[in-house]
Amino acid sequence: MKSKPVILCYSRNDITNFVVLMILGFAIIPFIVPTDYWYTSILIPWLCLSLAAIGQQIVMGYAGQLALGAAGFMAAGAFALFNLELRLPFLPFPVALGIAGLIAAAFGIIFGLPSLRVRGIYLMVATLASQFFIIWMIDKFGWFKNYDTSGIITAQDIVIFNKPFTTPFEMYLVIMVVVTVLTIFAINMTRGRTGRNWMAVRDMDLAAESMGISLLKTKLQAFAISAFFCGVAGALFAFTYLKSMEPVAFDIKLSFRILFMVILGGLGTISGAFIGAAFILLFPVVLNTFGNEFFHGMIDATIISSIELVVFGVLIIVFMIYEPLGMAKLWENLKLRIRSKFSNRFGGEQKA
Amino acid sequence: MSEERNFPIGNAILEIKNISLSFGGVKAITNTSFTVLEHEIRAIIGPNGAGKSSLLNCINGIYKPQEGSISFKGKMLEKINPNFIAQQGISRTFQNLALFKRMSVLDNILVGRQLHMSANFLQVALQLPKAMEEEQSNLAKCEEIVEFLEIHHIRDTPVGKLPYGLQKKVELGRALATDAEVLLLDEPMAGMNVEEKREMCRFILKVNDELGTTMVLIEHDMGVVMDISDNVVVLDYGKIIGDGPPDQVRSNQAVIDAYLGVAHD
Ligand SMILES: Nc1ncnc2c1ncn2[C@@H]1O[C@H](COP(=O)(O)OP(=O)(O)O)[C@@H](O)[C@H]1O
Ligand SMILES: [Mg+2]
Repeated sequence: MKSKPVILCYSRNDITNFVVLMILGFAIIPFIVPTDYWYTSILIPWLCLSLAAIGQQIVMGYAGQLALGAAGFMAAGAFALFNLELRLPFLPFPVALGIAGLIAAAFGIIFGLPSLRVRGIYLMVATLASQFFIIWMIDKFGWFKNYDTSGIITAQDIVIFNKPFTTPFEMYLVIMVVVTVLTIFAINMTRGRTGRNWMAVRDMDLAAESMGISLLKTKLQAFAISAFFCGVAGALFAFTYLKSMEPVAFDIKLSFRILFMVILGGLGTISGAFIGAAFILLFPVVLNTFGNEFFHGMIDATIISSIELVVFGVLIIVFMIYEPLGMAKLWENLKLRIRSKFSNRFGGEQKA
Repeated sequence: MSEERNFPIGNAILEIKNISLSFGGVKAITNTSFTVLEHEIRAIIGPNGAGKSSLLNCINGIYKPQEGSISFKGKMLEKINPNFIAQQGISRTFQNLALFKRMSVLDNILVGRQLHMSANFLQVALQLPKAMEEEQSNLAKCEEIVEFLEIHHIRDTPVGKLPYGLQKKVELGRALATDAEVLLLDEPMAGMNVEEKREMCRFILKVNDELGTTMVLIEHDMGVVMDISDNVVVLDYGKIIGDGPPDQVRSNQAVIDAYLGVAHD
């Protein structure tokens, strides 16, 4: 439901949510999170992958293009940032990060071209090319890795205005700022003309065209912006989580995980990207802890990871059939139910 | 129809000349020509499979006729694709509903305003004044259409959840939002009950009267056709077998033989 906008296109509800999240992210978490473990193993990868999931969401959930290859664009962003830092060290970090995103966006446009001809599962196969091409290119041409032969290339430190951001908490802050800003941009786009055109193309491309929407422009725009988000996410992922530059970290498995995040989180919602990323990241951790607690290592790690895949697979099928809007929708429903229960009780007491 | 119309019927606005269209061996339209006049309501009738929808699809650029040409406001349409035709000021609805199912009623209608908006994605992402103002003014325009079509109560509902009759209304709303000079309506009243049909007729007549919008509509209900149209084209097996005012067409022997006699009564 659309409530009346208060500032710009935001309702009172949006603003409340935003303020609560900001206080939580910048004021509360820094005090309650006890160890670096939480930053390095949970919060940082969660935020990075959420950002990539927003990218996947834009192209798939909003523009309806079944693309698979988010990790390829993440790799493009990561190696672009590495090379920019290496070769143009005078560039301020935020600028370099933006350019890295733009380079990924250029790849997005190129590998979005098949979407003008094919759709559905065929497009999925065609976009896989981006995944393989980008990783192949990085491996093939030594220049991208600065002719490093050791195989492990350390990512440079993040330095903004001469201040290094190297502790997990500092890196978390950098990521929080980037993710907040880009999430706001994404929400603005999806609520405005840009997102409407994407969704029109998704829901009925012939009608969209008949209303004067250019399919070419709209699809390639979605691919480009999606790849930009993935590129920035990949750069942050490499510089703060991996802390090294390794193409294998951006393999097809990561693309699939991002795809699952978007499907489970809920197609066509920004919040779904965050919820889906949290689920895909945390579920294995929970499963592992659970397995160790109760079975004391009697269950093999490989079995646990198979269980993980089975659960994801089943959940995806269940969600596709019963709730295509995913966990974001379940969460909305839950909130509504709680709210109505409270107001009922309150209303009842008033009457009595 | 009364004499003193706000927008009296004018000269040719849309000229279809010797159009032929076939799908493999199936000839959908054979050497068909007719002219739509400015501000008129033009009905296209004919049995199922006569080629009526194909004809609208040719005008709208979804199908490309193998032969013939289409002129709009005296100029031949050189690029035949839906996007270009929309930019010229021709909008349409579809026989089998082509709405954006997961979007709200208001958002569907807002997509109709697409050609009146020009903010780019950066302006939208940053909520710059241009994007904001444009969004506000076009939203206001769409709210007017929502009021006009009396669908205010469902403005935020995803279109896919609405009953058929309401979806037809939303589709008309989306076409109206384009401010097109010519509307192509493919069976706007199909599957509606008498009450809904009457309402739809009222909307079509009102738009034609107040905005002067030229309407080309496909309709099966002869009562409706006789009531609201200024001129009627009769298609049968992809050929025109009658063209003129409703009364004249009704008394045309070829039309009676081919269509009216069979489908009516
Ligand atoms: N896309 C298409 N592919 C193949 N045949 C088509 C297509 N569209 C229409 N036809 C054929 O063209 C003829 C006219 O169809 P149509 O224009 O839909 O008729 P009407 O709208 O008058 O019922 C029919 O024989 C139909 O099967
Ligand atoms: Mg038809």
